Amino acid sequence: MDYKDYYQIMGVARGASQEEIKRTYRKLARKFHPDVSKEPNAEERFKELQEAYEVLKDPEKRAAYDQLGARWKAGQEFRPPPDWGRDFEFSGGFAGGGDESDFSDFFASLFGAGSPFGRGGRAGGGPRRSHAPSGQDHYARIEISLEDAYHGGAHTIELKSPELQPDGHVVVRPRALRVTIPAGILEGQQIRLAGQGSSAVGGGRPGDLYLEVAFRPHPLYQVDGRDITLTLPVAPWEAALGATVPVPTPGGPVDMRIPPGARAGQKLRLKGRGLPGPGGSAGDQYVVLKVVLPPADSPRARELYEQMKGELAFNPRADLETGR
Amino acid sequence: MNVQEITVIEILDESRTLGIVELAACACVEPARVVEMVEAGLLEPLGAAIDQWRFAGHDMRRVRAAQRLMEDLDVNLAGAALILDLIEERDALARRLQQLNTLLAET
Repeated sequence: MDYKDYYQIMGVARGASQEEIKRTYRKLARKFHPDVSKEPNAEERFKELQEAYEVLKDPEKRAAYDQLGARWKAGQEFRPPPDWGRDFEFSGGFAGGGDESDFSDFFASLFGAGSPFGRGGRAGGGPRRSHAPSGQDHYARIEISLEDAYHGGAHTIELKSPELQPDGHVVVRPRALRVTIPAGILEGQQIRLAGQGSSAVGGGRPGDLYLEVAFRPHPLYQVDGRDITLTLPVAPWEAALGATVPVPTPGGPVDMRIPPGARAGQKLRLKGRGLPGPGGSAGDQYVVLKVVLPPADSPRARELYEQMKGELAFNPRADLETGR
Repeated sequence: MNVQEITVIEILDESRTLGIVELAACACVEPARVVEMVEAGLLEPLGAAIDQWRFAGHDMRRVRAAQRLMEDLDVNLAGAALILDLIEERDALARRLQQLNTLLAET
């Protein structure tokens, strides 16, 4: 397993005061909290941060960690020293806010359930939640494409599941589930997979697995609930004269009529072309017109622009001049 | 790695509402915490009395997010509710901004 430099993760000096560590943690926690942050790796960073803080906020754990010495570098292959934790007195087991099973093997080997630090709170070798009759629920987030949401289909989801061993150790096992997601699932919806959480200790009902659905950003469409929006480039004459043009929708292209005199930015609606809903209902697709000018890159094109300039009484800045 | 085929799944959408006990169990909180969240305006169930409350499936996400914010950032329920409202507003603005940027982008 790799050595983790908790000071480096938090960006504080080894000599930082407890107060400074707390302040830094709070600041970084706000920045990387997965429910708040838009940073792409927020969840990972936040877990790392929680793990580092779990150790550094506790003077006992911090002192023990510091004893490993400053010679270790982040990422270096690490084994806990054989006399690890021998000379420390412990005031209790793990009582952090975070879920210990999310932390690294490095953390688990030093401060986890099987370590001297883990003993206090887990007398008898049982897990923290051994009194619970059923297993724990698990949560995961899956990202699917808009097309998958529209058509539905099978997905293979790879999960890392923490599993509690009889001796109280937590091991992380990869597993893969193949789930068929029905058409019309929406962003933010929860899927419950009964019995796919942790197995129960002592034969109770296993926990459930909840999958929260997120959509991958789509190059063409923006999604809002069941409605989707597409920006459609049109030629000036299509907007001015009206036209019927093919428009992509998740269900395949459809012909859409642009009314004569359409403006740039105008929003047209394709009823029922959004994501399908229960009972045959469906969201709408909105099409926002974007007028694209043909380039004046040939003598003929320039000639046509010259002709418009000469023959059209058009002042795009009329509003500016009247001050309205 | 073996791939396990899952045949029974349940979507918690508009058509599948939850009572307070089920919502609390799904989100790993005490029912009393759900009551506090309703009182703080964080959740708006249908139904007048507590035993008639029906929650939408996506409320589970709000409960879990609020609970995490309270534990991880040391804010109270009102603070978590404010954060969640502002996040929703921010995400709606981000979507709008993305639309406008597409509209304005050079082709």
